[in-house]
Amino acid sequence: MSSEIFYKNISELSAMLNSGEISAVELAQVYIDRKNAVDGKVGAFISSNEDEFLASAKKSDERRAKGATLSELDGIPIGLKDLLAVRGQKLTCASKMLENYVSPYTGTAMQKLEDAGALFWGRLNMDEFAMGSSCENSALQKTRNPWDLERIPGGSSGGSAAAVSAGECPATLGSDTGGSIRQPASLCGVVGMKPTYGLVSRFGLAAFASSLDQIGPFARTVKDASLVLKHIAGYDKFDSTSVNVKIDDYPSMLSTESLKGKKAGLPKEYFASGMDSEVREIVEKAIKKVEELGAEIVEVSLPHTELAIPVYYIIATAEASSNLARYDGIRYTHRSAEAKDVLDVYFKSRAEGFGEEVKRRIILGSYVLSSGYYDAYYLRAQKVRTLIRNDFEKAFENVDFIVAPTSPTTAFKVGEKTGDPLSMYLSDIYTINVNLAGLPGISVPCGFASDGMPVGLQMIGKAFDESNLLSYAHAYESACEWSKRNPQL
Amino acid sequence: MRLFKVMANSPEINIDYVAKLARIELTSEEKEKYSQQLGQILGYFQKLSEIDVSDVEPSAHAHAIYNVWREDVEGTPMNVDDALMNAPAKRDNQIVVPKVVDDA
Amino acid sequence: MSDIQYEAVIGLETHVQIKTRSKMFTSVAHKFAEPPNTLTDAVVWALPGVLPVLNYEAIRKTIELGLMLGCEIPEITKWDRKNYFYPDSPKNYQLSQYDQPLCLGGNVEIELAGANPSEMGEHRYVKLTRIHLEEDVGKLTHFTHDSLVDYNRAGTPLMEIVSEPDMHSSDEVFAYLTSLKNTISSAGISDCDMEKGQMRCDVNVSVRVKGAKEFGVKVEMKNINSTSNVRNCIDYEIRRQIDCLKKGIPIVQETRRYDAQLGVTQSMRSKEDAHDYRYFPDPDLMPVKISQELLDSIRAKLIELPFDRQRRYMNDYSLPYSAVSVMCPDLALCEYFEEGLKEYSKNPKMLANLIVNDLMRELSLAEDAEKSEDVFEESDNVIHVSTAEKLAKCKMTAKNLASLVRIVDGGSISKQMAKEVFVKMFTTGESADDIVEKSGMKQNSDSGELEKFCLEAMAGNQKAIDQYKAGNDKAINALIGPVMKASKGKANPAMVLEILKKLIG
Repeated sequence: MSSEIFYKNISELSAMLNSGEISAVELAQVYIDRKNAVDGKVGAFISSNEDEFLASAKKSDERRAKGATLSELDGIPIGLKDLLAVRGQKLTCASKMLENYVSPYTGTAMQKLEDAGALFWGRLNMDEFAMGSSCENSALQKTRNPWDLERIPGGSSGGSAAAVSAGECPATLGSDTGGSIRQPASLCGVVGMKPTYGLVSRFGLAAFASSLDQIGPFARTVKDASLVLKHIAGYDKFDSTSVNVKIDDYPSMLSTESLKGKKAGLPKEYFASGMDSEVREIVEKAIKKVEELGAEIVEVSLPHTELAIPVYYIIATAEASSNLARYDGIRYTHRSAEAKDVLDVYFKSRAEGFGEEVKRRIILGSYVLSSGYYDAYYLRAQKVRTLIRNDFEKAFENVDFIVAPTSPTTAFKVGEKTGDPLSMYLSDIYTINVNLAGLPGISVPCGFASDGMPVGLQMIGKAFDESNLLSYAHAYESACEWSKRNPQL
Repeated sequence: MRLFKVMANSPEINIDYVAKLARIELTSEEKEKYSQQLGQILGYFQKLSEIDVSDVEPSAHAHAIYNVWREDVEGTPMNVDDALMNAPAKRDNQIVVPKVVDDA
Repeated sequence: MSDIQYEAVIGLETHVQIKTRSKMFTSVAHKFAEPPNTLTDAVVWALPGVLPVLNYEAIRKTIELGLMLGCEIPEITKWDRKNYFYPDSPKNYQLSQYDQPLCLGGNVEIELAGANPSEMGEHRYVKLTRIHLEEDVGKLTHFTHDSLVDYNRAGTPLMEIVSEPDMHSSDEVFAYLTSLKNTISSAGISDCDMEKGQMRCDVNVSVRVKGAKEFGVKVEMKNINSTSNVRNCIDYEIRRQIDCLKKGIPIVQETRRYDAQLGVTQSMRSKEDAHDYRYFPDPDLMPVKISQELLDSIRAKLIELPFDRQRRYMNDYSLPYSAVSVMCPDLALCEYFEEGLKEYSKNPKMLANLIVNDLMRELSLAEDAEKSEDVFEESDNVIHVSTAEKLAKCKMTAKNLASLVRIVDGGSISKQMAKEVFVKMFTTGESADDIVEKSGMKQNSDSGELEKFCLEAMAGNQKAIDQYKAGNDKAINALIGPVMKASKGKANPAMVLEILKKLIG
């Protein structure tokens, strides 16, 4: 067996499993060994259970032996961001508040993966309660960028991105509220997809901002991402915001010719300022490539882009302040040993259980909803959200998809921005309005800066147009070699 | 316009009041730091007051969908042991809390 | 000073648990007095990752009540989060409706007590502000050093019926609650059992100089759980506030707690400590759009309001108030009555009287007997049984009861005997005809035999004959007694009287 099996994609692994070249148990052992070899440096995992992983792999082999393989994902390890519920597994949200919490139920997307025969491998690090862009807000684990261990992997799904990038897992799930899948995918040089809001059930995803959150895949290729997405997508009666749309067989609809004759919108506001010049150069080159592959590049305008940051941080923090109220020290979270009365249980457990950024956002969110400020902040933000949605609707009258950078910079150094929350918030500029509009977005590797750090190209699609969006991304990816590079660990 | 007025009248966030709403005990250092940072963030939010939204409908959701509901069918309850397995304090299949002084 | 007249202004927020199979936002059932935390699931506990899904039946039933009370049903309704921390609230926010409730306006017809129980009192309407749909919280039990939390009740569908400040006395409030209870329980929306917490209310009381336009300062009293406590609490609070006004002590806008043991209200928190609930639209639930078709389909199945029924019974059947006041609050009794009328409609009054007197008596005797059998079971859980449930168990059908009325009207048995037959029918479930036939209770209408009895009686009492002839009509009664005795009580009294008159001449 090649020592680089862990860098193979799902299609390759699936073929190996089918041919008998490798068993699911052997494959699981490959990833266990890889994790044990590199995760001391990368730190993608918060926890893992090798015995359970091997036991589930054994069951997969038994199914295969009987000719009862469940799907293309049967026997494929998939890592989970540590805010996704699986019965009997820990779910910490990278917070001291839930450090010892074990979920008594399984969420819908995870159940679908289990039903498809996928093997859960590890609980992956993240910014605490998905609040952050660097993974530095995790209270439980430090994750580093596999391309440079001095740098952050991005966030909030940093562990999910780093695990795929470092070959510790062929695919993972993350969640994206304002770019938390696309940005770390871009910074770690892997594919990351945020589906249309409502395509994947949120039941079993610990909520950060309910009207923005969406579960999505990380993978080594667009095809792998499309395969995982196919299995987790679909209407769910347990999520009132999930939408009843037909789910295509995305992998079979991918075409390297898909960009021919399509119109790609280039939002002029995105290239106005604030972008690192090297990143700009690389993204512009990638857009040239998209054009070479047959797409017509058309300038579009998203005039309210700049307002997306205040709108996002008002809506997301307001929803979060309410969503995180349940973590109170009463029923299942950390309870302060100092608490003498019920008010103490609240004040002290929450003071001890939440980290700095989480407290900052809960306070901001409580403030914008509080008496006398609601109209000025929250209601106004909701109205501007309508304008942002309208911007996209108008743009999509003329184009088939939008191309944009994913992040204005490559991965920054650990500790570089921790003292300045506002500048951290501003780095979300290219991703958050996609969440505000509820649209699908995908980040694919599109080059490397001179310091060797990966850069991602973001493609934004029409609502529920995942089939086409994935196909455009696949066409671009197939024409480049970027996805084939791996970090040296 | 309204936002401007609010900002002018309250350039600083009342951190004690908001921390109490949020039920988070803050140290004096934290209060000072958060007041300063949130003041800066709220200052940035003033951008929002610059446009006219008087005729715009608010969006509470990403998509406008109506009437998502379920039929009234009885389902299976969760096993009590499962429900209480993460409880910080329990007795007689109930959650124990320090004595509650009635403030409903 | 002392001749100033004061007037109380009272508004109510009434919470009613809706009778559904499952909770408001998840499929687990809600029932009373189950072992702690056995009616929960991940959604009820608000575990990380769970989401609410609306219960359509709770929405439908709330609209149904709204239509019965003449509310406007806006086309769009939505749910909001009401944020506050309390151990009985798993999410630390309650899903409720803030600015777009299911029902707006409307009114509740009330009936005040009459001069005596057989006389109907004044009717008037109390205006409603709105009805909205929300979820109930869990239950805390307090011990010396700590409290225990049970979430069985958490998430039970709860409608909040908000009245305008449109009542002025505890009597009106009592009448309002009675009317709401009768209406809601008749429609099967809730049993409104206050002892089980299915109906609770918050009361707002203010007092002003009579005739003043401005309202006085409002005081709120929370979660009062019995009608007698509501009455006592309001009476106390009105006295207290008038006393304050008389003494020139300012009334503070505040929330007060009613202490039923001491019979007083006590300050809980003032307006300054009022909650800042930070309401905002729930992002997890989609708004509801109510179509005309839905409204029409609900409207088509609405039951008759209890007071409309009362008026109809009094007008169409000339029933006395004493009968309708027992029957009309209870749809099950009315349905029983109307079922009986289908069998025999010529004497509604007697049928009604048999129902409200004899049937009600026997039903409650039967229930008492059943309760004493269960005495060793959990005694604190003695459950009130509804009339519908009792009637379902009752062996005597409405049609049977109506046939008893027919037999009495036809003269086959006397009214006195009817009482006896009734008891037999109730215990055995046999028809009136069978019982009368079997027990030989049928009235003796054999004129030959009756004439013989009459002649015997006349022979034994010349004095009565003389007195009757002298113009004392009542004297003839002294002859009827012996005839009845001779016939073993079966003589048809009307025939006996006729024969005697004929014989005396």
